Amino acid sequence: MLTVYIPMDSVACAVGADDVAQRFAEEAARRGMALDIRRTSSRGLFWLEPLVEVDTPHGRAGFRTVTPEDVSGLLAIDMAAVRDHLLSIGLVDELPYLKSQQRLLFARAGLTRPLSLDDYLAAGGYQGLEKAAAMSGDDIVANVLDSGLRGRGGAAFPAGIKWRTVRQAGADSKYVVCNADEGDSGSFADRMLMEGDPFLLLEGMTIAGLAVGATRGYIYVRSEYAPAIAVLRQAIVIAREHGYLGDNVAHGGHDFDIEVREGAGAYICGEETSLLESLEGKRGTVRAKPPLPALQGLFGQPTLVHNVLSLASVPLILARGAAWYRNFGMGRSLGTMAFQLAGNVRRGGLVERAFGLTLRELVLDYGGGTASGRPLKAVQLGGPLGAWIPPSLLDTPLDYEALAAIGAMLGHGGAVLADDTVDMGRMARFAMRFCAIESCGKCTPCRIGSTRGVEVIDRLLAAGNAEEKSRQHALLDDLCLTMQHGSLCALGGMTPFPVQSALKYFPADFGLTSQENAQ
Amino acid sequence: MTPEQQTAVEGLLRSHAAAPGGLLPLLHAVQDQLGYLPPAAVPLIASAFNRTRAEIEGVISFYHDFHTEPPARHTLRLCRAEACQCMGGEALAAQLRDSLGLPDEGVSADGELGLIPVYCLGACACAPALELDGRLHARVTPDKLRQLLQGLKGGEGAC
Ligand SMILES: Cc1cc2nc3c(=O)[nH]c(=O)nc-3n(C[C@H](O)[C@H](O)[C@H](O)COP(=O)(O)O)c2cc1C
Ligand code: SF4
Ligand code: FES
Repeated sequence: MLTVYIPMDSVACAVGADDVAQRFAEEAARRGMALDIRRTSSRGLFWLEPLVEVDTPHGRAGFRTVTPEDVSGLLAIDMAAVRDHLLSIGLVDELPYLKSQQRLLFARAGLTRPLSLDDYLAAGGYQGLEKAAAMSGDDIVANVLDSGLRGRGGAAFPAGIKWRTVRQAGADSKYVVCNADEGDSGSFADRMLMEGDPFLLLEGMTIAGLAVGATRGYIYVRSEYAPAIAVLRQAIVIAREHGYLGDNVAHGGHDFDIEVREGAGAYICGEETSLLESLEGKRGTVRAKPPLPALQGLFGQPTLVHNVLSLASVPLILARGAAWYRNFGMGRSLGTMAFQLAGNVRRGGLVERAFGLTLRELVLDYGGGTASGRPLKAVQLGGPLGAWIPPSLLDTPLDYEALAAIGAMLGHGGAVLADDTVDMGRMARFAMRFCAIESCGKCTPCRIGSTRGVEVIDRLLAAGNAEEKSRQHALLDDLCLTMQHGSLCALGGMTPFPVQSALKYFPADFGLTSQENAQ
Repeated sequence: MTPEQQTAVEGLLRSHAAAPGGLLPLLHAVQDQLGYLPPAAVPLIASAFNRTRAEIEGVISFYHDFHTEPPARHTLRLCRAEACQCMGGEALAAQLRDSLGLPDEGVSADGELGLIPVYCLGACACAPALELDGRLHARVTPDKLRQLLQGLKGGEGAC
């Protein structure tokens, strides 16, 4: 019997994967042909979606951007001659884009069915938890510390230190909270992982629960990710049925259970304290720190808050060992990073690599430059609070420290490409406006400053003479400084980054000469 | 609120008010069932959660997802974030403005289509993206948008 693999990832479906799967079923029925249609996760090679794969003696071969109209032709071809088909991309694992990656977190992407526990177990799933269940909490924490894992949500704080703090905190109840608010434009790795490999996240959270002594976990997922929410809820039921959640998890003598909570369309709820307020049923107003959430988090109890990818890294660290994990990466940036290529990019998708590649390799070698074929103007790295990086800085290595040195940040690893038709004056204005729309309102520089920022940028762009331009420019610089230093959290504090980088590298888009800008 | 709406809210309150931090799940559940959050439900919610009406209203108004008026028959959520902007998302916004007279946000003159801006749908590798009546569409071209809108007019498969 022929087996075809078609992703059920929501974005693959948004470009037609469901329609293609349905046509396969219809065509097979019409021909009285036995066909096994497996709905897998996505490989993350989004420019090829819908990517349909078939088994061949040498491995899985793929067909790109398949439409329902292509299906009948695909069923007619001789599997020995797969390569000759117009849409053939040959063996998927041999694609340089994929072959050169180091897929640890996304090892199963495109291969397994998201809700098949059997697929998960057959591909190494729950080995980390089995080990953890037999260890002391201190030993689990020591493993995470040794691995050098840093939070993948943006701030890159060493995970092990947070685990130790929560573990050592004395309290009746503790919580593990997964931050799945992924609001950054250009980011979709959390979404892919939750939709495609939900048990991995559940396993990571469960290990975290055992380590810090928590019995309850929450996954706070943004409401825009309805399919991920549905998949996670089903996965939780399955995990419970098989003893991977609930009482006496994995026979280790500890209880742990997880609930999925849906966000409500507020970007700021990705900030961890705002997220906790939201989980408590309040407005998502940012809390002042201290107290740290690790000591007084959800409902005032010690709480371990982590991004999806941080938690999903944990099962591998436990299963393969901290030393093995440290083999990937460089300096203080250890392990792999899930980069995401988005926007005006020829080959948009997920690139999981050990830290150390440069922005050029990511954007040009993997991404293939712009989709439009026009010159690349800038790359925004790390979401809406990240700087716009000009092509002249493409050789910057993609690690936390090197990026900080050029005033940029890796954030959650998303890279948005813009071609030369994009007006950086407008993008700067958008950054301020976004901040105004999403501000939680707690502090003045952000709440008021962002609105004033939009106005100043409007005046700067409209200014008719050099004198007025330079007045508005000075005002904007001043405002950015105030926001940067006077805001409670990074929404107000980092909105100046996209604004100032746009001004610095693309003064012409503001009607400024570079000299005026240098003043 | 109609008596049916009131019964629905009371039923949902019974299953949600006791859960720790259960207010957002409750608000989602009410909105899923009734299509919006009727202002007259606020006092009921406040008393079930033992919080003030101002607090409940404060929560509802904080989150972009919650609406206190009935929605249009169809809802289009157009992504206006950076990756989509860089791939023609703004042209789609302009198209809606020109063809339906819809500004960035609002309801079409015939009351059929509500437009809501969103900031990232996680489809940034296949930008631009939009969500129509809960269904995600990516690599949206002006032509595709026209077809989608046409499809709504056809009536079938609406709702
Ligand atoms: C405005 C703002 C938005 C944020 N959004 C997210 C987000 O969507 N996902 C996330 O994991 N962290 C986000 N963070 C970072 C969190 O506050 C926090 O650092 C993170 O959840 C900690 O997890 P980690 O240690 O695994 O990175 C955001 C921070 C700020 C200031
Ligand atoms: S910077 Fe903005 S979002 Fe952050 S706490 Fe202040 S007002 Fe709220
Ligand atoms: S920016 Fe539009 S889907 Fe992410």
